[in-house]
Amino acid sequence: MNDPSADTVFPLARAAMPARSAGFDPGLVLWHEPVPGGGSWSGLLRRGNTLRLTDVNGRANVAMLLFNADERTERYNMPDTLKAQHTAFLTRGHVCYSDMGRVLCSVADDSCGWHDTVCGVLDAAGLQARYGQARYQEHRNAMQRNGLDGLLVELGKWGLGARDVVANLNLFSKVVTDAEGGLHFDSTHRRPGQHVDLRFEMNVLVVMSAAPHPLDPATVYAPGDVTLTAWRSGTAGADDPCRLSCPENGRGFVNTERYFL
Amino acid sequence: MPTALVESRLDPARAVVDVHLPAGEPWLHRLRSGQVLRITDLHGNQAVDTLFYNADDAEERYSLTHTLQAQRALYLAAGTRLMSSRGRTLLTIVADTCGRHDTLGGACSCESNTVRYALGKRYMHSCRNSFLLAIARDAASDAAGGALPRLDKRDVVSNINFFMNVPVTPEGKLTFEDGISAPGKYVELRAEMDVAVLISNCPQLNNPCNGYDPTPVRLLVWDAPG
Repeated sequence: MNDPSADTVFPLARAAMPARSAGFDPGLVLWHEPVPGGGSWSGLLRRGNTLRLTDVNGRANVAMLLFNADERTERYNMPDTLKAQHTAFLTRGHVCYSDMGRVLCSVADDSCGWHDTVCGVLDAAGLQARYGQARYQEHRNAMQRNGLDGLLVELGKWGLGARDVVANLNLFSKVVTDAEGGLHFDSTHRRPGQHVDLRFEMNVLVVMSAAPHPLDPATVYAPGDVTLTAWRSGTAGADDPCRLSCPENGRGFVNTERYFL
Repeated sequence: MPTALVESRLDPARAVVDVHLPAGEPWLHRLRSGQVLRITDLHGNQAVDTLFYNADDAEERYSLTHTLQAQRALYLAAGTRLMSSRGRTLLTIVADTCGRHDTLGGACSCESNTVRYALGKRYMHSCRNSFLLAIARDAASDAAGGALPRLDKRDVVSNINFFMNVPVTPEGKLTFEDGISAPGKYVELRAEMDVAVLISNCPQLNNPCNGYDPTPVRLLVWDAPG
């Protein structure tokens, strides 16, 4: 009880935490937004709201970057996320760490099971090498869009740019590693209607592109559609699997809750 | 397991830079196109956290994701091209006696130490502190091999950890294995354009991957052959 170690600050910082996490309920939905395959989107997701992303056709990829909306130099950090949780992919029970040791969002629910964290996005040259060229002039809004350009356009709307492109999430995409470190795209788990719930534990600027994954072996450009559904969830409760899945995450939530006290 | 090892025939007596970098120290240096940088792990299993930038336009920088896409593999070894955020080759690994280097572990920071180890570990020295100090203090240094770009926190991205072994299992677990490096192992990189090198010789005391004993490394630079 009187241990003077640093971790005795835990109970003070936990004052902001609800007792239980909320489950999805249609009555809690705030808005819907359909994002066509290849499209890009950005917006603010406030602390206590959850973004449900649904893979409409069973072939979606969502490249995503996350920034603290109140201090945009604080951003999603892939290595810190992976090291803290001893994982190379994300699913239910994991969280996304910022470079400041805080939880930007937690993966509160996931019917997909694997979200890639290391492969990045295709750029224009990569897209053309894979799929050839399909410009706006000939194809209008069916033109082929690449992930990097989509992220840069959305970042630009918030005064951010190429320096803010870091290793991104690739939601709905699975890439496995062999013993030699070789990377292999795996589409066998995909089903139409799969969803992932990102519960925002901070006020977060979300930037995304629904263009194809860089290792997707498909030879025809056919990116899948995504539906965004924001709902009022509240933050992670005391009983939440994301908080309890490892001691590291317990400390990450303390850092996060301190920020809002 | 590690890919083929490639030894170098370069003579340390002919190097134009020879630096002994203690653990906990950063190093920021400009390499001209064609120059070769050797990093030697003097005592074994030391993490050398490293970033590279186009020396004349730091918005172009080492990109983990471009490098992985180019080789469709996670680990670095002889023959790896280190790719930039614009899809160009910054440097090539031309010799390597270790066999595998990490791309995913990133740098330790005070903030990640609070998450990984204990809230009270915030005040232990970390690689990100070394990176931030170097880019704030050393960019105008006369000893840096030439003009260096101005950098800030936004430019500190996912780095390479030379001599670290951080395998990913087929099930997707990230593991920190005993090192495969040893005293005297080295990696050599040829600059394919003028690049700024930013190194933090890692001071981490909480991680078994360096035996809880951060140690010095040697940095050698050779000019391009006549």
